[in-house]
Amino acid sequence: MKRRNVLIGLGAGLVAGCSKVGESQPMRKLFGLAEDLHRKAQRTLSGRQALAREFSPADISPTFRGNGTTNPVDAAYAAHAAARFATWKLAVGGLVEHPMELSLEQVRALPQRTQITRHDCVEGWSAIGQWTGPQLKTILDMAGLKPETRYIVFHCADKFGDTPYYESIDLVDAFHPQTIVAHRLNGEPLPIKNGAPLRMRIERQLGYKHAKYLNGIEAVASLDTVAGGKGGFWEDRVGYQWYAGI
Amino acid sequence: MKRHRLSTRLWHWINLLALVILFMSGLNISNAHPWLYWGQWGFQPNHAWLAVHRWPDWLLIPGYYNLAAARDWHLLFAWVFAVGLLLYMLIALANGHFRRDIATRRREWRWQEIRADIAAHLRLDFHHGKGKYNFLQKLAYGLVLFILLPLMIFTGMAISPGIDAGLPWLVDVFGGRQSARSIHFVVAWSLFAFLVIHVALVLLSGPFGQLRDMIAGGRVDETA
Repeated sequence: MKRRNVLIGLGAGLVAGCSKVGESQPMRKLFGLAEDLHRKAQRTLSGRQALAREFSPADISPTFRGNGTTNPVDAAYAAHAAARFATWKLAVGGLVEHPMELSLEQVRALPQRTQITRHDCVEGWSAIGQWTGPQLKTILDMAGLKPETRYIVFHCADKFGDTPYYESIDLVDAFHPQTIVAHRLNGEPLPIKNGAPLRMRIERQLGYKHAKYLNGIEAVASLDTVAGGKGGFWEDRVGYQWYAGI
Repeated sequence: MKRHRLSTRLWHWINLLALVILFMSGLNISNAHPWLYWGQWGFQPNHAWLAVHRWPDWLLIPGYYNLAAARDWHLLFAWVFAVGLLLYMLIALANGHFRRDIATRRREWRWQEIRADIAAHLRLDFHHGKGKYNFLQKLAYGLVLFILLPLMIFTGMAISPGIDAGLPWLVDVFGGRQSARSIHFVVAWSLFAFLVIHVALVLLSGPFGQLRDMIAGGRVDETA
C-alpha cells in the first residue's frame, strides 16, 4: 500500500508541477525540439510539395467564420474600407532585388489560382471556402529574393492594442503552389471579417498563420529581429508554435 | 522467469505518464472550442453533435486555460507515447509476449468458457486463467493495445493539416477532419474508462502484489 501512496504522491506532484516545469528553460527547449521534429516528420511523410486537399463547390460551408480580428479598429483601415480599398497598397520589401508596391488592381492582374480548401483553426474548428488570388511565388519571383532570404514575413493592418499582427513562413511554404495572396472568398471580394482586402492562405498550417489585412510582405534572413523575434504575433504574445502543421 | 518483462514494465509506466499528460493537456485544448462535429467541417454550436463540458482548472495541464502551453505538452508527449508504443510493440512481437500472453486461443472463444470467465470475475476470482492472463483480460488488453491506443495516434495525425496534405486517405478513413477530432475525444475517454476499470481490478485482486510485480517484475506463479 505504501508504494501505491508514493506513486500517487509522485503523480500528483508531477501534475501540479507541470505548470511550473513548463515555463522552465530546459522544458521550453524540449517543446521546441518536439515542434521541429513534427515539422521534419510531416514534411518527410507528406512530401514538401504535397497539396492540401481541394474540395468541390458542393462542400463549401454555408458561411465562413471570422476569428481573431474581425473588424480592425484602426482609423486608417476604416478609411480604406470606406473607400473600398481603392488605394490599398501591398508593399514587397526586405531582402529583394526590386522592392515594389502593388495596388489591388495589380494583384488582381497577376495570374490567379482558385482553390477550395478546409481552414483548420488552432482552437479545433474547421470551415471550407473557395479562395482566389495570385500565388505568393509569382510576387516573390517578380521582386527577386536575395540568396540570404530564409523566411517571408507578412505584415498586417490589424492591431492588438499598439501591436500589429504579423506572421511568417519558411521558403518551403512560401513557394508552395497553394500559398496564395487571396482577395476573393467564395467568388466575392474578401469580407472584412475574413481579412479584406488581402489575406494569406497557407493551406498546410493552422489558421493563425494565414495573416489577414495584409499590407506588407518582407523577405528576411532571420526572424530574431522582427517584432518579438518568434515569427508571429501569437508566437510572441502567448507562445503559439511557429510551425503550425499540427 | 519474471512475471512481467522489463520492456513491459518500462513501457507500462512511461506510457501511463505520457497518457496522463496527453489526457490533461487534451482537456485544456478541448476547452478552446468545446464542440464536436462530424464530417470535414463545423465551427459553431448548431453544427455540433456534442457540446462538451468545460473542464475545470484542476483537470488541466497546465493548471489553467492556456491553449499554447497545453499544445506544447500535448505535442511533446505525443512523441513519447507514439514512439514508446511502437518500440513496445516491436519488442513484444519479437519476444513472443503478444503471441504467448495476449493472443486468445480458439477454445477460449467457446460460450461456455466465456460465461465461466465472466462468472469468475463476478466472484472476484481473478486467478483462474490457464496462461498469464484470463480471457477477458486478454480481450481488454488487446482492445487497448491494438485498437484504442493506435486510434489515438492516427486520429491525432488526421487532425493535423500538415499530415492531411500527404495522407488524405487517413482523413477519409475517419470520415473527415472533424470526425477524426470527435473520435480522438471519444477514444480518449474510452481509455480513461479502461484506466478506471484497470485500477479497480488491481485494487480488488491484491494491489500490493500487482503493483510490486509491475515495478519489480515478480515471478511467474507456477500454480496458475
